[in-house]
Amino acid sequence: MDDMFKPSRRAFLRGGAAIAAGSVAGSVAAQEADPLITELQDWASYTGAGVDETPYGLPIRFESDVVRRNVEWLTASPISSINFTPIHALDGTITPQGCAFERHHSGAIELSKQDYRLMINGLVDRPLVFTYDDLERFPRENHVYFCECAANTGMEWAGAQLNGVQFTHGMIHNMEYAGVPLRVLLQEAGLDAAGDLSDKWVYVEGADASSNGRSIPMEKALDDVLVAFKANGEALRMEHGYPVRLVVPGWEGNMWVKWLRRIEVTDAAVESREETSKYTDVYADGTARKWTWVMDAKSVITSPSPQMPIRHGKGPLVISGLAWSGHGRITRVDVSKDGGITWETARLGKQLDTKALTRFYLDTEWDGSPMLLQSRAMDETGYVQPTKDQLREKRGENSVYHNNCIQTWYVNAEGIAENVEVS
Amino acid sequence: MSKSLSGIYLPVFGGIALVCSVAVAVANRGYGDSQIETLQTRLAQVEAQKAAALTEAEASAARLAELETRLAELESKAGNTVAGGEPVAAHEGAFGLGRPALPEEIAAWDVDVLPDGRGLPEGSGDVSTGEEVFAEKCAACHGDFAEGVDNWPVLAGGFGTLADEDPVKTVGSYWPYLTTVWDYVHRSMPFGEAGTLSADETYAIVAYILYSNDLVDDEFELNQDNLATFEMPNRDGFVIDDRPQREYAEWRTEPCMENCKDSVEITKRATFLDVTPDHGGDSVMNSADTSETPTFTAANATAEEVASADAADAGDAELIAAGKKVFKKCSACHQVGDGAKNKTGPHLNGLIGRTIGSVDGFGYSSVFKQANEEGRIWDQAALDAFLAKPKAYMTGTKMSFAGLKKEQDRAALNAYLATFGE
Repeated sequence: MDDMFKPSRRAFLRGGAAIAAGSVAGSVAAQEADPLITELQDWASYTGAGVDETPYGLPIRFESDVVRRNVEWLTASPISSINFTPIHALDGTITPQGCAFERHHSGAIELSKQDYRLMINGLVDRPLVFTYDDLERFPRENHVYFCECAANTGMEWAGAQLNGVQFTHGMIHNMEYAGVPLRVLLQEAGLDAAGDLSDKWVYVEGADASSNGRSIPMEKALDDVLVAFKANGEALRMEHGYPVRLVVPGWEGNMWVKWLRRIEVTDAAVESREETSKYTDVYADGTARKWTWVMDAKSVITSPSPQMPIRHGKGPLVISGLAWSGHGRITRVDVSKDGGITWETARLGKQLDTKALTRFYLDTEWDGSPMLLQSRAMDETGYVQPTKDQLREKRGENSVYHNNCIQTWYVNAEGIAENVEVS
Repeated sequence: MSKSLSGIYLPVFGGIALVCSVAVAVANRGYGDSQIETLQTRLAQVEAQKAAALTEAEASAARLAELETRLAELESKAGNTVAGGEPVAAHEGAFGLGRPALPEEIAAWDVDVLPDGRGLPEGSGDVSTGEEVFAEKCAACHGDFAEGVDNWPVLAGGFGTLADEDPVKTVGSYWPYLTTVWDYVHRSMPFGEAGTLSADETYAIVAYILYSNDLVDDEFELNQDNLATFEMPNRDGFVIDDRPQREYAEWRTEPCMENCKDSVEITKRATFLDVTPDHGGDSVMNSADTSETPTFTAANATAEEVASADAADAGDAELIAAGKKVFKKCSACHQVGDGAKNKTGPHLNGLIGRTIGSVDGFGYSSVFKQANEEGRIWDQAALDAFLAKPKAYMTGTKMSFAGLKKEQDRAALNAYLATFGE
C-alpha cells in the first residue's frame, strides 16, 4: 500500500487508479469524472463583473481570512497596540499594505496632504518647513525594505506561547517605497552649523498624539534613511503613516516614525521614552542594553505552520519561509526536519534589495512521519541565526525585544503543525 | 559650504583599536604552560577579528566618502540652479525648496527635552499640587498611587527587581533620566488628551511620581533648575548595544550541517497555554491538546453598524455619523457596541435611560455612587450637561476629559450613543 503513495505522478498518469483512504480528494486521481470539468459552470457561461463595479478592489471574498489579527490580552487598549501580518498566507516577499501589521501608540490618524508640514530645525544652517508638494520636488528613490517591530517574537522568550506564525513572527512587513533620501533634506537645510558630524544625531517625531520620537545617529541619517510617501506603488495607507513616514532600513520598526512632522539635528540623543524605558532589554545582572537598533538575521518557515497544516498527505511538499537581516543581504537559509540534527540548504527566491525580505523554498518529499521543522538564516556578514538557548545564554531570561531565535514547528503524522520548543 | 564627513569614520577606527587591545591584554595574562596553545589560538583569532574589523571600518570609510561625493553633487546642483537663471529659491539650499521656519513655529513644535535639561521651560510644581493633578488626569489609568490599573503602566516601585525573574520596570526603578519623564508626560500624556498639560502641571505631576517612588519627601518642589540634576536611581544601569562584542564575534561562523545534536525532545508546547486568538476559518491551530478555544472579537463593526441602522431615522444618519467621529475622543477609555467591556471608563451600551453609576463591575467615584443611590437617570439633558463640563456637572468624577464645548458635537455624540442598546 505504501507503494501506491510514492510515485504520485505515475498514479496520476494511470488515471482512475484506486487511492487509499487518507489522501485528500482531488489531489491525485479521481474515480469518477469531475463535474467541475464535465458540466458547464455558471462562471463559464454567464458574464462577470464589469469594469465600472470596483474602482478600487479588495481581495476576493474567498480570501477573507487573510487579515491582520491582534492579541487582545497583550495591551491595555487597541489604540496603543499592535496587530500581526498574516504571513502564513502570503508568498513572494512584498506585503500588501492592507494586511501589513500596524503598531500605533495613540491610534492611526487622518492627516491630509494639505495639512501636512515637515519641519527641519536644530543645528542646521536654515530651519525649514516643507509642504507635501515640496517633498515631491526633490529627487527620489525606490527601495524595498523590511520593517520589523523590535518586539516581534517577543512573546516567545519564556517558551512556545502563540500557536501561529502570524502571531509569533507577524510584526513584519516588506514594501517597495518611493521617497527622498533624508540626507538630501538635511543638506537642503545645511549642516555647516552642526560642525563635526561624527557625534551628531537627528531626532525624528510624528504628528500623532503620541508624537513618538527617536534619536538616530547622523551616520545612519546620511546613509540610507528615506522620507517616504509611497509604498507598493500607491500612497501610504493611513495606518502606515499617510502622507509621509520615515524608513530606516534594517533598524527596529519603532524608529520608522509615521506621520513624520519634525527632524531636529542635535548634539546628543534625546533619550526619549521610546529609547530608554522601552526598546531596551535587561540582562541577567539587571544591567540594560540600549541603542540596539539593528535587527539581526532571522528566518521562519511560514508553511507548513500551525495556521498552514499539510492537507495533501505524503509526497511532494514545498516548505516555504521568509528570511531577513538588518545587516544586509541573506546569503543562505538551511532547513532542518529533525529539530536541528541535520540541515539541508534551501533555495532562495529573488532578492529585491538589501535589507529586504527574502523568500526561501525547500522542495521536498514528505514520508508522512512527524517532523520538527526549523530554518536558520545567514547574512552577508557571516552571522548565523542563533537558537533560543544561545540567545538566553548571552542575554538572560528577561529580554522583551530582539528575539531572532530559530523557530520550531512540530508537524505530526496528520500534517498538523504546532509551535514548540525543543532541547 | 561643503561639510567634511571625515570626522565620522575616525572614531570607528579608534573604537576597534581599543577593543582589540583589550582582547590582547586579556589573552596575555600569565596562565600556565598548558594554556599557551590556547592563548596562541586566541591571539590568532584576535588578529583575524582585528583584520575583519579593519576591513569593515575601511568599507565604512568608503561609504562615507561616497556620501561626501553625493553631498558635493547636491551642492554643485545648487550652483547650476542659480547659474541657469531665474532663481526662485526661498533660501540658499541646493533646491531652494520649502521656506524658512519661523521662530514661533519652531517654539510650538520643538518642545523635546534633552538629558542635560535643555528644552525645559520655566515653571515649577510641588508634590501636593502634583497629587491633585495626578488624581484628576492620570489616576484613571495609572492608579491613585501610580500603581497601574489593568494593563496600564505601573509608574512606581520595583526597586531592586531588575535582576529578578520578572523585573518591574517603573519610572523609579528603571528610567535613567528624569528629563525623559517630563518630556513624555508633557508631550504625550494624558492618553487621549496629549499636549494639554501646562509646564507647571507637568512639573507637579513629575514631582508626585518621584514622591510615589519614595524618591523625594512630601515638601519637594520640582522646577527647571533642579530637574535635570536630579539623579535617577538607574542612571548608570544602561550599556550601549554590545552585541558586536558579546554575540557577533561568536556567531559569525560556519554552521553545523550533520549530526549537530544527539537527540531532540520537545520541551514546551504552545497548545498547553491556550492563549492564541482564534484563527477564524477552519483552523486546526488550537485543536491539538487544549480543551477550550479562545474567543476572537476583533470585528464588532458589523453589529455596531446594524445597531445604528435599526435605531436611526434617515434624517439622523448624518448626526450619528458625526457622533461616531466625536466618539473617537472617548474611545481611549470607553467602549460601545457588541462585546463592549468596561475599560478605564464603563461601557456605554444602553446608556440613555439607565441609572447613573449602574454598570456592574465598574469602580465608580463617590459622586457617581451618590447619584446612583439617588436614582438619577442618564437622559439626553443630563448627558448633554455632563458632556459640556464633566467636572462641573459631576464634581469629583474620575473622568479626566475636559468636555465638549460645541453643542453640535454633544448632540451628535448623544445621537450616536443612543444607537447602542443594552
